Amino acid sequence: MSSRSNGWRATCSALIGILLLSACERENRRFQENPPTATPTSTALIVSDLQPGPGMVIPKVEAPYDDNAWAVSEGKSLFNSMNCSGCHFQGGGGIGPPLMDEEWIYGYEPQQIFASIADGRPNGMPAWKYSLSTQQIWELVSYVRSLSGLNPKGARSGRDDHMMRKTPEASTPNAVPKMSSTPPEDSA
Amino acid sequence: MPRRERTRCVSDRRRLFVVAVGGSLFLAGCKGDKEKDDPRVALAARVGPATTSGDTTTKFADDGQWVRPAKDFQGTRFSGLTEINNTNVQKLHVFGTFSLGTTRGVEAAPIVAGTTMYIVTPFPNFVYALDLTKEGMPTKWSYKPRPVNAAQGVACCDVVNRGLVVDAGKVIFNTLDGRTIALDAATGKELWETQLANINLGESVTMAPLVVKGKVFVGVSGGEFGVRGWLKAVDENSGKLAWTAYHTGPDKDVLIGPNFKPFYKMDQGKDLGVSSWPADQWKIGGAGVWGWITYDPELDLIYYGTANPGPWNPEMRPGDNKWSSTVFARHPDNGEAVWAYQLSPHDEHDYDGVNENILVDMDWKGTRRQLILRPERNGYFYVFDRKTGEVLSAEPFGFVNTTTGVDLKTGRLQYAPEKATRIGQVVRYSCPAAPGMKDWQPSAYSPRTGLVYIPHQNLCMDEEGLEANYIAGTPYVGTNVKMYAGPGGNRGFFDAWDPVGQHKVWSIKEDLPVWSGALVTAGDVAFYGTMDGWFKAVDARTGNPLWQFKTGSGIISQPMTYSYGGKQYIAVLSGVGGWSGAIVAGGLDARDSSAALGFVNAMKDLPQKSTKGGMLYVFAL
Repeated sequence: MSSRSNGWRATCSALIGILLLSACERENRRFQENPPTATPTSTALIVSDLQPGPGMVIPKVEAPYDDNAWAVSEGKSLFNSMNCSGCHFQGGGGIGPPLMDEEWIYGYEPQQIFASIADGRPNGMPAWKYSLSTQQIWELVSYVRSLSGLNPKGARSGRDDHMMRKTPEASTPNAVPKMSSTPPEDSA
Repeated sequence: MPRRERTRCVSDRRRLFVVAVGGSLFLAGCKGDKEKDDPRVALAARVGPATTSGDTTTKFADDGQWVRPAKDFQGTRFSGLTEINNTNVQKLHVFGTFSLGTTRGVEAAPIVAGTTMYIVTPFPNFVYALDLTKEGMPTKWSYKPRPVNAAQGVACCDVVNRGLVVDAGKVIFNTLDGRTIALDAATGKELWETQLANINLGESVTMAPLVVKGKVFVGVSGGEFGVRGWLKAVDENSGKLAWTAYHTGPDKDVLIGPNFKPFYKMDQGKDLGVSSWPADQWKIGGAGVWGWITYDPELDLIYYGTANPGPWNPEMRPGDNKWSSTVFARHPDNGEAVWAYQLSPHDEHDYDGVNENILVDMDWKGTRRQLILRPERNGYFYVFDRKTGEVLSAEPFGFVNTTTGVDLKTGRLQYAPEKATRIGQVVRYSCPAAPGMKDWQPSAYSPRTGLVYIPHQNLCMDEEGLEANYIAGTPYVGTNVKMYAGPGGNRGFFDAWDPVGQHKVWSIKEDLPVWSGALVTAGDVAFYGTMDGWFKAVDARTGNPLWQFKTGSGIISQPMTYSYGGKQYIAVLSGVGGWSGAIVAGGLDARDSSAALGFVNAMKDLPQKSTKGGMLYVFAL
């Protein structure tokens, strides 16, 4: 065994170590998944920009899977198999509102999207918290965010498995999210 | 092309730069792709209760009134009024307007009974009574049924309502969340309310009810949600359920008994509503009713058609899928089926069979016959003998390549095998597209010209089958669709069809799909609206354009005419939406060509041509 070979090995190991440390969240697949504990708290669910009085800083909840390509692709798979796509299609909307544009009726922060999926919304969005696990909902949150470019580009889907319906998420321009000025339909 | 579900992992892996270490992990990751839990909600059981109740007498309308969306029991949408005619229609001007207070697609007809106009709006289904005796048509009363908001989540194609009826002093209408409500026509006071549909099974109601002999007929929407389709009869006085006819399942549920005599062999046999499906699939097989019902008092039969089978993906439901896309003739008293004819057995392309059956007596090859005239979604104009269900003619009224014709010996629609929808395969240029040659928008028939006036679309599509998961209360479709204009590039037509000569007499090209109903009068004027808001009058004999007026929003509703104080009026509701106008009504994003079941791709320019609205326009000379 030559020292040259040892040197190559050392360099390679170091390189692999650096790569593992720096680049792997995108590809990380946790076989022993600890379900994300970061379920939204009541203070995180404010959907109004208007807070009378001094106001308060709302703690943001990080989406646990925003930069994990595998989890985002799991979210995409769930989005289709749980029939989210039956209402929102591939982000353009139909029965439900579009998810690829900049308008958000109930908020675009991860905890707000989590709440929309888990608790449902009054104008037709079903409540999924008893049909999906917390982990699955977080995967969906990150996929939904990827539709308008709210998560890191590297973790978004680069291609589609089906008939070409739209530009893949990784190539969709990032939208600047805005709270919708359109109130939902009201039964009053 | 094989399904490429697993290639996502492969291509991801190819891009990795840590292959040396990570290879095994990523291979394992691919393997684990399908190892997750896949929670699915079990099929929901449905039970149809049945009670009986009494009858009241039938009331026929005169030409001054318009008491049901189709005007008469025969569904002609023809008025004998002649004050407005093809020589003076150019002088029409706006007589009055009224804002509905809603912004979703308006498909209803204004209804006039006595001296009052009644309107039901799209969700949240407000009802207004306008006083025609006073200047400015002020509101006499209004009613808010407050349907549950969540019902909007089970309405496939905008939250529309196709109209109310007035019968025996009552205003009767349906709400999106599946209630049928009767109001006192004079006061707006609620008389009864009956819950018929269950949104948690994906059921909703969008159709206009029909009242015949004291029974109110209501059908369910939800062919995109795996409902088990039904038509129910409710007693007009008590609101109690009289009978339920399901459109899948055993004969006893379909109300098929010893008097059931379908004309063709393909529709004969025991429990076809079970045996023409894979095991238990009939329980979620669609076949709702959301279009039109007509009634022949002489034969004492109601006629209507059932919707598409679910899911859309035909590979998941081998068999004829009875009784989807089927015309039924039933006795109104007990619902008993007398004949049935399946228009599109084993539907491949969402060709619902809900279109209107216009009942006319005409000379057919030298013999006076009792006929049904039916421009069908699958692209053929059917002429039936309405006593027997025999198909006398089925000629295409537009460009069709998904089928090659109807075999008049067997009655069977002949599919083009190359256009069959398959999982993992994209079939291009299938015509007509999923909304068919003609969707819900009702045609009109003039006994003066003998012609049927057909508003319809000219769309083709690319289609790909997908696996569909049934989860109660969520969509159950299983196809990717992308629609676009058919041959010629225009997306709509307004045509006059000679049912006896079996050919087109004249045809008006429209850029956008013609999603409004038609009206024709004894003044030989035909009326229709366009999705960019034009309300148009054309000569019923020649198709020559006579007059047009630009309303505030696109028109997808049903024009009507009435008279008050010896003067004739024409009325129409303006408010774009519906499936075709979902891009505007729902604010959809056209970058996704599959949005709104693929209709958005064909309507990318609509937001520049129409905005949301909800307004009544009344015109007079």
